[in-house]
Amino acid sequence: MKIFKKDKKRDIKNKEAIEISNTTDNTKSSVKLRVFRINAIQDPKDVHHFDEFQIPVKRWTTVLDALLDAKSYHDSSIAIRYSCRMASCGSCGMKINGIPRLACYTKISELATNTITCEPLPNFPYIRDLVTDFSQFINHHRSVMPYIQNKKADIPDVNELTEYEQTPEDLDKFLQFSYCIKCGLCYSACPTVATDLKFPGPQALSQAYRYFADSRDTDKSNRLKVIDTSHGISRCHFAGSCSNVCPKGVDPALGIQLLRSHLLGFSNSEKKIAKLQDRSSNPYTAEEGEGDTEKNENNDK
Amino acid sequence: MLLWRGNIDMTSTTSAAKRIDDNNKNDRTNRAGIRGWLNPIIYGWERVSYWFQRLTGIFLLVYFIGHVYETSSLVSGPDAWAAMLELTQTIGGHLFLILVIGASTFHTINGIRLIFTQSGQGLGKPGRPDYPYDPTSVNNKQRSGLWIAFILAAVAMLYGANVLFSGE
Amino acid sequence: MTSSNFKNNSNKRTRWFTNITLLRESQITKIHYITGISALFVVAIHILMRLIMPFNMSLEFENVILNYKNIFYALLLESILVLIAIHGFNGLRVILLEIRQTLIWERAVNILVIVAMIGIIAYGTRTIIIANGFSVG
Repeated sequence: MKIFKKDKKRDIKNKEAIEISNTTDNTKSSVKLRVFRINAIQDPKDVHHFDEFQIPVKRWTTVLDALLDAKSYHDSSIAIRYSCRMASCGSCGMKINGIPRLACYTKISELATNTITCEPLPNFPYIRDLVTDFSQFINHHRSVMPYIQNKKADIPDVNELTEYEQTPEDLDKFLQFSYCIKCGLCYSACPTVATDLKFPGPQALSQAYRYFADSRDTDKSNRLKVIDTSHGISRCHFAGSCSNVCPKGVDPALGIQLLRSHLLGFSNSEKKIAKLQDRSSNPYTAEEGEGDTEKNENNDK
Repeated sequence: MLLWRGNIDMTSTTSAAKRIDDNNKNDRTNRAGIRGWLNPIIYGWERVSYWFQRLTGIFLLVYFIGHVYETSSLVSGPDAWAAMLELTQTIGGHLFLILVIGASTFHTINGIRLIFTQSGQGLGKPGRPDYPYDPTSVNNKQRSGLWIAFILAAVAMLYGANVLFSGE
Repeated sequence: MTSSNFKNNSNKRTRWFTNITLLRESQITKIHYITGISALFVVAIHILMRLIMPFNMSLEFENVILNYKNIFYALLLESILVLIAIHGFNGLRVILLEIRQTLIWERAVNILVIVAMIGIIAYGTRTIIIANGFSVG
């Protein structure tokens, strides 16, 4: 039933996008692209301005395509950060018409306007034009210890063929949050981050939950201690903006509230820690890795 | 002002907390600031809730301090009390009280909703996101608390207006 | 970087400050929730007491003093005072902490908020005690 609902919603969205793109295709073939320009590296006191370009568009043109068009044919000095062009790398986050979005994931036809304004992500220091400094963001990410900690499985002691036993249900508890591509859109939409430099932000806190909920991780108390500060998880007021702008459906607000429920003791934070299994006793791998070969062959197919 | 720290040594033993402190020495270039708290329209209903909860909270604190001061005139006898009533029992004073009634009703109902949501209730369960990637936490189930808060605040204001103005 | 590394370094920098921290933030959040919900009930009784007689009559000096002379009502007012003061000023503290993050600002905010809390509770209690002792002729 749920799946059916989701499919229906997707179909409606697709239909709307096609309708919009058809109308835009017939009525206009170019848009005005306004690009935020600043060179904060060369001159820290540089005052920003907007450059305007008239860019030809098709119904599939994305904002990133338009920016690259402007860079290729109008002004090669425009600074943009991009890589995969398919919403996987999280490099091209920027404020497009007032909302933080990925440039490669935003079709101009979706915006249904003749003027596209591209600005750098708010809450990130400027570097140049649309490129911003992510070091604060990454430092906050590191501060929540985004890695599995399991004292029983210290790396030097682990048998090469040892693995954790984790059920699909265990995986579902955190899988959603592991889809984070660190694009910074949630960080720039968060109202607390707008003024609080010490607040880790939605990305870091949802990652704290991702590792907290992982059944392979045993460092529960230390994780909670790190976020239980005067600028920690309590500074989230569930404004939901992070989840609204997330391009990957990570839903950071959900992760933060679930983590807080554990911190406040409203949810049972006891979890079943995944068992370590020595694969040398596994019947599939016991006979000189025959099972492995079979598996690889299946994968190739 | 240090803007570019591209050469951060990722393997250094400097703690994450120290690095964040170093960043905080940096100025607030491009931080949205208090204006970033506002912007209630483009981010959805939860942002409206955030904005109103904060606004009504500050307003009610100001009223609370004023109310404690107002009632302290009791200790100076009936004349001082009557003088204070004369100041507050005006049309302006009644309109202010009606706003207090609305603000307190909204703050209470929305506060209860926030206690539930911040305890992970009514937000759904984590799952496997699929296009169009609608977040489960931003759902109508928990949002209904916000709409109820708005409706009850309006009803309470109407009732308050009736009591205050018909009592004259 | 291991977790112990992180802990040691952060403690070194903030030890003197954390030593004077009375409550963890999660405990403060719980107090905020509890005071908020409790205030809802006591304020509801406070308002209902105003509505058991015509609104204008409820504000007459004699009627108000009679209310204050009832020990249970005086205790109710005292509890409203304490609960709202804690809830309201903690809310203000949260907002102020989010505005600036210098050490001096944070310490000043924490101290000022506690002083304001104590101040308003003391001032309101004074009214309740004096009004409770009034004789109504």
